[in-house]
Amino acid sequence: MSLEAKDVAKIAHLARLAITEQEMPAYAESLSKIFSFVEQLNAADVDNVEPMAHPLAGQVQRMRADEVTETDAHEKYQRNAPRVEASLYLVPKVLE
Amino acid sequence: MTELHQFSLAELAAGLKTKRFSSLELTRHFLGRIDRHNPALNAFITVTAEAALAHAAQADRSLASGEGTALTGLPLAHKDIFCTDGVLTTCASRMLSNFVAPYDATVVTRLKAAGMVMLGKTNMDEFAMGSSNETSWYGPVKNPWDVKKVPGGSSGGSAAAVAARLSPVATGTDTGGSIRQPAALTSLTGIKPTYGRVSRYGMIAFASSLDQAGVLGLSAHDAALMLQAMSGFDPRDSTSVDAPVPDYVATLDQPLSGLKIGLVKEFFEKGLDEANGKLVRDALSEYQKLGAKLIEVSLPSLPLSVPTYYVVAPAECSSNLSRFDGVRFGYSCKEPRDLMDLYTRSRGEGFGAEVKRRIMTGAYVLSAGYYDAYYLKAQKVRRQIADDFERAFKQVDVLMGPTSPSPAFDIGAKVDDPITMYLNDIYTIGANLAGVPAMSIPCGFLGGLPVGLQIIGGHFAEAKLLNVAHAYQRETDWHKKMPQSFA
Repeated sequence: MSLEAKDVAKIAHLARLAITEQEMPAYAESLSKIFSFVEQLNAADVDNVEPMAHPLAGQVQRMRADEVTETDAHEKYQRNAPRVEASLYLVPKVLE
Repeated sequence: MTELHQFSLAELAAGLKTKRFSSLELTRHFLGRIDRHNPALNAFITVTAEAALAHAAQADRSLASGEGTALTGLPLAHKDIFCTDGVLTTCASRMLSNFVAPYDATVVTRLKAAGMVMLGKTNMDEFAMGSSNETSWYGPVKNPWDVKKVPGGSSGGSAAAVAARLSPVATGTDTGGSIRQPAALTSLTGIKPTYGRVSRYGMIAFASSLDQAGVLGLSAHDAALMLQAMSGFDPRDSTSVDAPVPDYVATLDQPLSGLKIGLVKEFFEKGLDEANGKLVRDALSEYQKLGAKLIEVSLPSLPLSVPTYYVVAPAECSSNLSRFDGVRFGYSCKEPRDLMDLYTRSRGEGFGAEVKRRIMTGAYVLSAGYYDAYYLKAQKVRRQIADDFERAFKQVDVLMGPTSPSPAFDIGAKVDDPITMYLNDIYTIGANLAGVPAMSIPCGFLGGLPVGLQIIGGHFAEAKLLNVAHAYQRETDWHKKMPQSFA
């Protein structure tokens, strides 16, 4: 499998990653190697095999009681935020 | 005279109880060693000296009044993947280089409650993605046995810190071998418990169906003491298992007569360094002397574990790391033009090359048109690998083989070729895919570099693994060897 720079650009967009023009060829090469490597999986006979998403059989996602368990800690959490005003996270203008 | 750092955690615990030394003396001793030796190793990202001394003084008061647990007053280091309230928590990424965690991970809470004293946070591969500790934003960690070599990864800082006796023990995490491989490369005892045994709450997520916290220490006894305190149900982790935690120390000395050890045929095929394999076989002979029976077993799907992992893990990583958006926490780019620019540049500038490679791999295998061919297929092969393990454990009590294909390699040797790097984890990844517990213990040296023996058990067989490892460590002294430059 061989990816080109335009394929990498598409994947980078899906992943919301800014990749520079200079970085493109190296990613195209290493990602091509990785996808070729995982193509070994094509040889596996997996007809009628149930896909496995979780390592422990019979585990189900637990439900919890619908009760308040967290107290308001937004001030503490927002200390890590790059741009905050009036307890709101700021982003660049979305609507004109 | 034996210096404090030359004792195991279990011996230090006994020394504290009998008042041969205080926690404050112990903590000062290790902080002094970090000061002196860390510049050569780069094992720590953050050292919390002041808080450590305060906690040590507190531990001494508990011990004086006869309170405290088996671990009270003992120093430790946490891998910088665990959130620590009020302390920088970077995951070795530029993305989190300014992140002060607002809460403690459950592992941190539990060990703090047990009275342990945190010395600092250890270096690692960025977001735990790597097998050599070279992907860290904070620079590579050096192997104490030879500072030109890698210590393994991703828990390389924890491994180097304990191997050089800068901390008597450290936490780690293991998604594809990140505790066991560095343990093997630095002559430590490392255990990755069963998936769900130790809470993942507050442990920065890489691949959520594979990630598990564990220990890097000097012996199976030390690992048992730690795992006892770390394990157990946590309502804050949705995949935490609600099952009783056995007394791991109580069963360490059980005899091994009649133990059935499965030799994994696929582990000894091409790719394994011959001399490395010989040391592993010598260890197996030692087990025969202890009364164990060796039985060859085959795990036919195991050779597909690396490609399976490099679909499943990147897929989960691309989802988990989508939380880093430059808005709520972490690195944020300067002067974003618009929202898309804020997302893409913050992520592009905040993540390192290997992390970006894995995010893109994941985004691709999950994308429309490719999901069935890659992700669904990998999940099916994962089932076959897990079934192989299950079948094997109907025949034998534990599986054994090498932890790593060869001893530590040179810093820089594999960093440019992802596939060569990924193949380092060829023996360790299977246990993560199946969710079973596994250990690495020291079993010799090749040209002055440590070699590890891997022991794998069935789900929740941690007590058996520790017992099997301890029996070997009573007969051998590989686990007591120390790197001379840091003696």
